Amino acid sequence: MNTDQLMTLAVNKNGFIFDPENGISYTVNDTGLFILNQMQKGLEQDAILQLLVDEYDVNIEHARSDMEHYMGMLKALRLVED
Amino acid sequence: MIDLSQLDITVAVSGLKTGDNPQPGVPVIRSIRAAGFTGKIIGFVYDAMESGIYLEGIADEVYQMPYPSTGASSFLARLDYILSNSKIDVIIPTLDSEIPIYIRLEKELLERGIHTFLPTEEQFNLRDKIKLSQFFPPKGVDIPKTHLLQSADQIIKLSEEMVFPVIIKGRLYEAYKAYNVFEAQKYFYELQAKWGLPIIMQEIINGDEFNVVIVGDGKGGCLGMVPQRKLVITDKGKGFGGVVVKNPGLESYARKVIEALSWRGPCELEIMKDEEGVFYLIEINPRFPAWVRLAEGCGQNQPAATVLLALGKEDVDLQPFRPGTLFIRHAEDIISDISLLGDISVNGELIRTEVKK
Repeated sequence: MNTDQLMTLAVNKNGFIFDPENGISYTVNDTGLFILNQMQKGLEQDAILQLLVDEYDVNIEHARSDMEHYMGMLKALRLVED
Repeated sequence: MIDLSQLDITVAVSGLKTGDNPQPGVPVIRSIRAAGFTGKIIGFVYDAMESGIYLEGIADEVYQMPYPSTGASSFLARLDYILSNSKIDVIIPTLDSEIPIYIRLEKELLERGIHTFLPTEEQFNLRDKIKLSQFFPPKGVDIPKTHLLQSADQIIKLSEEMVFPVIIKGRLYEAYKAYNVFEAQKYFYELQAKWGLPIIMQEIINGDEFNVVIVGDGKGGCLGMVPQRKLVITDKGKGFGGVVVKNPGLESYARKVIEALSWRGPCELEIMKDEEGVFYLIEINPRFPAWVRLAEGCGQNQPAATVLLALGKEDVDLQPFRPGTLFIRHAEDIISDISLLGDISVNGELIRTEVKK
C-alpha cells in the first residue's frame, strides 16, 4: 500500500488533520487518530489491527471490519493507494 | 527577515478601500509597517469613502487622484502638486486599471525621483484575459477551453462543443456561470454593455482552486511565492479565509507561468487543479491581492521586499513560507470624525503629518 500522501499529513493530538499539499483539513476520533499515528510510524495493517485489539478491548473481527471501513475512506480521499 | 526600520523614505500606495470587496492597499501598507518601516506613507485614493483613509496608523497623508482614464497629463499634474508637499521615493500601485499608466510613465516618474517595480507593457498585455488562451498553451501551460466572442450568435454554434455550465467573462471584470445558451446570451449582452467586446466563454474546471502571490524578478524567476487555498468564499466569490499550502506541483506550475512571461513585480495567479491533478491557469492579476498579508504572516513579506526592489536592491532575501498559516478576514467599524471626510472631499487631501516644504 502506498502511504506517501498520508505521510505528508500534519496530525495534531486532538485529531485535527491538515493536508499541506491541498489545504484540506479533516477531523478524526480517538480510534481514527490512533490508526493514523500507527500508519505514519510505518506499521502494517495487521500490526495495527493487533494494537487496536489490545488498546480498545474489542474482538479482532470487529476491529478488522472497522479498520477496513476506515481504510476505504482513506482510499476515497486519496490519502492511501493500493 | 526584511527590515525596513533604517529606511527613511516616503512610500505611496493606492487602493485603500476595505469592506466586502477590499483593495490591496491597506494590507500592503500594514505589511510594510510590519517590517519596521517608520517613514512616511502616502495613500492614493479615487473616492472619499475608501475606508483606509479613516484608519489611524495607515497613511500619514492621503491624496485623491484623477482616474487613469483622464490621461497622463492630469495624472502627472496631480503628482507634481503632491510632490510640492512631500517627496515620494516609491509607489506601489495596487489596482488593475491604474497599472498601465504607471508602466507608461516610468521615465517621468524616475525623473521625479519616484521608483516602481512593475512589469513591462508587453508582459502586462500578455496576461490579459483575452491573450491567455493564445500565449500560454504553446509554453506548456494549460488553460481551460476558451472562446472569444464577438457576437451572441456564436454561443449557439459553440453549444455543440462546449459543456454547460460555462463561465461568461467580461474583458476586464465580472464573470458569471451560465447553465444554458439563453443564460449565456443574457450575460453576453450585460457584459458587452459594461466592458465591451470581446466576451470570454470558458469551460469550467471542477476541482481545487489555488491562489498564488508572487514577486517576479523580470528575468523569468520568482523572488517570492506563497500559494494558498481559499477556505472561506463570500457570495461575491471573494476569499475571506485561506491557508498556505505546500504543493510542489503547484509551485512548479506557477514558476512556469512566471518564466513564460519573465514577469517583473507583484502578481497573483488563480489556478485550478482538476480531479486528474492537471493544473489550469484561470487568471493573472497584475498586482498584489488583498490577501497579501498572508504572505507576510507566513514569513515572506513581499510588500516590504517590493519597496527594496523598487529602490534597486537585488539581494532581497525572502524566506521560505510556512505552510498551514491561516488567514480569516473580519470587518470592523472605524470611528472617525466628519471633518476628515470634509478634508478629503473638499480639498482632495488629508494631511496627518506636518508638511515640510
